[in-house]
Amino acid sequence: MPRWGMVIDLDKCFACQSCTAACRMENNTPLAGKDQADMGRAILWNEVLPFVEGEYPNIHTTMLPRPCMHCDNPACIKVCPVQATYKNDEGLVLVDYDRCIGCRMCTVACPYAVRYFNWYEPEWPEELKAHLNPEPEVQPRPKGVVEKCTFCVQRLRKARETAEAAGRTFNATDYIPACVQTCTGHARYFGDLDDPKSLVSKLSHSPRAFRMFEELGTQPKVYYLKQG
Amino acid sequence: MEPKNQYTQKILAPVRRVSTGDYLLWGVLLALLLAGLGAWTWQFIEGLGITGMNRPVYWGVYITNFVFFIGLAHSGTFISAILRIAGQSWRAPLTRAAEAITLFSLPFGAGSIIIDMGHPERILNLLFYGRYQSPIMWDVTAVSLYMLSSIVFFYLSLIPDIAMCRDRLTNVPRWQHRMYEILALGWNHSPEQYHRLEKVLDGMAVFMTMLVVTVHTVVSWLFGMTVQPGWHTALIGPFFLLGAILSGTAAVVIVLAVLRKVYKLEKVLHIGLFNSLRKLLITFVLGWFYMMIAEHLTIGYSSMTEELIVLTDKFSGTYALIFWGMATFVFGIPLLVFIFKGKNHIGWMVFASVLINIGMWMERYIVIIPTEVSPRMLPVMGQGSYLPALPEILITIACFAGLILLYAVFTRFFPIVPIWETAQELPGQVHIPETSPATSPAASD
Repeated sequence: MPRWGMVIDLDKCFACQSCTAACRMENNTPLAGKDQADMGRAILWNEVLPFVEGEYPNIHTTMLPRPCMHCDNPACIKVCPVQATYKNDEGLVLVDYDRCIGCRMCTVACPYAVRYFNWYEPEWPEELKAHLNPEPEVQPRPKGVVEKCTFCVQRLRKARETAEAAGRTFNATDYIPACVQTCTGHARYFGDLDDPKSLVSKLSHSPRAFRMFEELGTQPKVYYLKQG
Repeated sequence: MEPKNQYTQKILAPVRRVSTGDYLLWGVLLALLLAGLGAWTWQFIEGLGITGMNRPVYWGVYITNFVFFIGLAHSGTFISAILRIAGQSWRAPLTRAAEAITLFSLPFGAGSIIIDMGHPERILNLLFYGRYQSPIMWDVTAVSLYMLSSIVFFYLSLIPDIAMCRDRLTNVPRWQHRMYEILALGWNHSPEQYHRLEKVLDGMAVFMTMLVVTVHTVVSWLFGMTVQPGWHTALIGPFFLLGAILSGTAAVVIVLAVLRKVYKLEKVLHIGLFNSLRKLLITFVLGWFYMMIAEHLTIGYSSMTEELIVLTDKFSGTYALIFWGMATFVFGIPLLVFIFKGKNHIGWMVFASVLINIGMWMERYIVIIPTEVSPRMLPVMGQGSYLPALPEILITIACFAGLILLYAVFTRFFPIVPIWETAQELPGQVHIPETSPATSPAASD
């Protein structure tokens, strides 16, 4: 069973935000509008966040793309009272939208702030609405539930189906999330962390590799390569 | 043979008649309660977006209210259960008044959690899929068990008095008398009945004491079990518990003062009770201050970045006004008032107790919000902000109105001072309130 993970090379990322846009189109995250976004209610499964160190003129900014960390020991799963959020066999942390009671304990517990709550019924302008992704996994979520990055779990299913239809065995390289596929600077890598020969596995052992808040023991499966 | 109590008539007097003033008060409270219900309906239809909550402040005043009302509920159990075990017989006249606070604030505490849910109609999922790894399940279990046991405990000690209502209040409306008949469960004041009742209440008191400690500790663990700065401390459980007992006891002072004034129960709810509560409150206020120092010094002395950001925000940042206001309301002013003015002076006691409860609500707020505003992701996300919106304010007011309404209605239908527990003589002499200050108010302080 693969253990899906991601590596993001901060040297290569130039914060073009195409990952954020691709994620939005792939996963049907609603448009919050400016007022709601200003209140901090925008839903962006993937965000590119500026990490500013120092003060002008000695200032240094690192742009930090932030998907869900898909922790091996996730704080969100522990606190969910109804097991609406769970980790599947392949290490993906997912949400059952039909079961979620909207208590928001997971959003409070996640140290990476990757979990988003649907404050209202989701909305899109007509033009966008016609182009929503039809996959069943990403159907618009109702108001009152929590959602988050799934590493495009629908793409995993489709990759398996394609492999099966072609009569060959599914290969870990068949599946990549939208953000990885679209990344302009080829800064993102995706694959099976348990396969020692895979690129992500090798990169995750690079001396430049680090994980966010490693000290919390959440064991994220998203690795960053330090800016060099 | 009824228990002999020289104040039976006095205690039953408020039950005899509902005044126009009562209807007026109930009407106003009911209107406020309905306004809150309306706000909740509005929220249910529109979504939680109509509140002030956002990312990263996912929890706001609903959770503050939850913690506050559960804390307020600790009044009754503390006085009835813990002081019962400790053999403090002076507490007898105020047990029911205190327990009623427990009983009537618990629904609003538990209700606040449901109001906060994005999908309240899925509440049964807790039953179908509940998993005990989540602190929410600990809360749900502890609070519902607490609610159930409080009802039983309260009702049991009410039975003999209901029987007295049944026997003495013969000119009340038919339905009301019928209610007494049913609820009295055929109680006939036999010595054996009193003997058994005392035994059951003693046993339950032990259970309730354990429960009261558990309940507010698991309430705090809603926060303590996460790794968020400011929450992840072992002290949070005991601190919440102490705060709960402090605000509960202060609430008893307020309620007693109102009851004795409105229902002319000065003789029964005598000044000695206030003097005893004053001593308890001084202890709790000092204990609260001790915990405050212990918690903040431990954090402040370290130089853990995330923790210090939250601490600084409370001490001198966005939340400085609420933080220092809380310290003044819960500790500064009440301590001075209790020590120098409170003795034999109910007005001052009530003043300080009101301040304590305002301060304790602020404390719950200051524990919850600043941590959320400055999460671990602060360096990249920036600081969050939160202000409660109209529905949250309406619902908060409705919770308080509902609590007062239930209380006010109850006192017009049932004796708020336990007649049998304050009796000079019980059938069969199984229960003698030995040196109860009920009989000698002057000896209490």
